[in-house]
Amino acid sequence: MNEVLIAGLYVFVLAAFLGYQVISRVPPLLHTPLMSATNAISGISLIGSIVTAGAKYNLTSTILGVVAVTAATINVVGGFIITDRMLKMFKRDAKPAAEKK
Amino acid sequence: MSAQTLLIELSYFSASILFILGLKGLSHPDTARRGMFMAEFGMLLAVIGTLLHRDIVSYEWIIVGLLAGSTIGIAMGLWVPMTAMPQRTALSHAFGGLAAALVGVSEFLRHGEHLGTFKVTALGFEVLLGGITFTGSLVAFAKLQELVKGQPITYKGQNVLNFLLFGSAVVIFIALVLNPGHTALFYAMCALALLFGVLLVLPIGAADMPVVIALLNSYAGLASAATGFALGNNVLIIAGTLDGGSGFILSILMCKAMNRSITNVLFGAFGSATTTVEAGEEGVMREVSLEDVATQLAYARQVVFVPGYGMATAQAQNAVRELANLLENRGVQVKYAIHPVAGRMPGHMNVLLAEANVPYSQLYELEQINPEMPTTDVAVVIGANDVVNPEARDNPKSAIAGMPIIEVDKAKSVIVLKRGRGKGFSGLENPLFFKPVTGLLFGDAKTSLNRLASAVGEL
Repeated sequence: MNEVLIAGLYVFVLAAFLGYQVISRVPPLLHTPLMSATNAISGISLIGSIVTAGAKYNLTSTILGVVAVTAATINVVGGFIITDRMLKMFKRDAKPAAEKK
Repeated sequence: MSAQTLLIELSYFSASILFILGLKGLSHPDTARRGMFMAEFGMLLAVIGTLLHRDIVSYEWIIVGLLAGSTIGIAMGLWVPMTAMPQRTALSHAFGGLAAALVGVSEFLRHGEHLGTFKVTALGFEVLLGGITFTGSLVAFAKLQELVKGQPITYKGQNVLNFLLFGSAVVIFIALVLNPGHTALFYAMCALALLFGVLLVLPIGAADMPVVIALLNSYAGLASAATGFALGNNVLIIAGTLDGGSGFILSILMCKAMNRSITNVLFGAFGSATTTVEAGEEGVMREVSLEDVATQLAYARQVVFVPGYGMATAQAQNAVRELANLLENRGVQVKYAIHPVAGRMPGHMNVLLAEANVPYSQLYELEQINPEMPTTDVAVVIGANDVVNPEARDNPKSAIAGMPIIEVDKAKSVIVLKRGRGKGFSGLENPLFFKPVTGLLFGDAKTSLNRLASAVGEL
C-alpha cells in the first residue's frame, strides 16, 4: 500500500516539475488554447469513469459512472475540437490584408 | 503480468508521453496543432486500452455515455462562438470536477469501510476538489453568461462564514480519514464542498474572472490527479498534474498582472474590487470629433490599438481589423497591445483578434509595447479601462496600485473609445480620461470604428 503511495508521489512531483518547465514556455498568445487543451487532457478521468460504468459493481455505481463518462467525454471531445478551431486561426502573416489590396 | 494488463499499461504509458509532447507543441503557434493531434492520439490510445480492463463486464452503458458525451461535445466544440470562450471554459471545468467527484463517490460506495487510510485520503481530496470545482465553475459560468449579475455579491460576515465552512470541511475530512467507513461523514463532506464552491466564487467580480477561471482550472486538474492516486493510475496522475500545474501557473501570472498576492487568491478573499470609490479627481474630458481622429490615424506613422473587455462586448474585433487594414494600406504601422488580464480569461483578446484575421506577429505583450509608447503617434483604447489607468503607476494609495499597465499616456496622442462618461467595472476613476493628451470619442465601439474606417477611406 505504501509502495503505491510513494510511487504515486514520485510520478506526481516529477510531472509537476516537468509540467512547470513545459507550460512556462507557452506564450501568453496561446493561453486560451492552453487552457482548453489541458482541460481536454484532464478529461483523462474518463478512463476511471469507463471502468465504473462498465463494471456492474452496483446500480448506483453504474449510474454515477455513466454520468461521469458523459461529462468527461464532453470535455475530451469538445475540448480538442475547440482547441483546434482556435489554433487554426493564429496566422503569422497578414495574407488576407494583402489580398484586399 | 498478463498480455491484457501489459497492453493497458502500454497504452497509458504512450498516452502520458503523447500528452507531454502535445503540451510542448503549444510553445509556438506553428507546432501547436501538431502537438494537439499527438495529445488526441494519446487520449484515443488510453480509452481503447481501458476498454480491455478486466473489471468491465458490459459495454452498453459505456457506449451510451460515450455517445451522449460525444454528441454534446461535438455540438459545443463546433458551435460555441469565440466570444463565449470564457463561459465555455468555465462550463468544462464544471464537467471535469463533476466527473472526478462522481468517480470518487462511486469508489467510496463500492469499498466503504474496507478503504485504507491512503485511499480514503485520496478519495477525500478528489471529492472535495471535484465538488468545489463543480459548483464554483457553475457560478462562474452563470456570471460570465450574465445569468446572474457579474458584480461581486457580498454580505456581512462573508469571510467568517467561508472560513468556518472550509474549516468544518477539513475537520470532517480528518475524521473520515480516521474512520474510513463512516458514510454520513463522507456525504457531509460532499455537501460542504458543493456549498463552499458556490460561496467561494459568489463574491468575485466579473473583472477578476481571469484569476478565478485559472484557479478552477487548477482545482479541476488536481481533482483528476487525486483520482489517479485513488485508482493507482499513473496516467491520471500525470495528466491531472499537468492540468493542475497549468492552471496554477496561469493564476500566478494573472495575479502578477494585477499585483495581487497568490495567498489572497488561494483563500478566495478577493472581493477587493468593491473597495471605496475615490471621489474627486474630476476634470474636463476633451471630446474629439470623428474627422479629427480619422485624420490623426491616417497621417500617423505608428498606431497602437489597446483592446479590453469592451471590445468583446461590442463585438468590435472585425471593425478594428478593417480600420487597421485601411491604415496599413496607407503605410501606417499598426500594432496591438495586449494586457495579460484584458478580457475575462487568459489570452481572451488574442483569440478574438486572431479570429478577426489579425496576424499574431502584430500582437504585442505589455513589456514589449511599453518602450515603444513614446514613439507611438496614436494609441487607441477600445473598451479597456483599468489596464491603462495611470493611477496604478502614479498613486500608491490606489486600489490597483502597482498593477503593471499599458502606458498609453506616454503616446503622442491617446484616443479612448467609450460608451458613456461612466466608470469602469472596478468603479475606479481613471485620470487618463482627463489628461490633455487624451481625446474621447463617445459611442458604441463597433459603430465608431466603422465610421472611422469610412472617414479614413475618404481622406
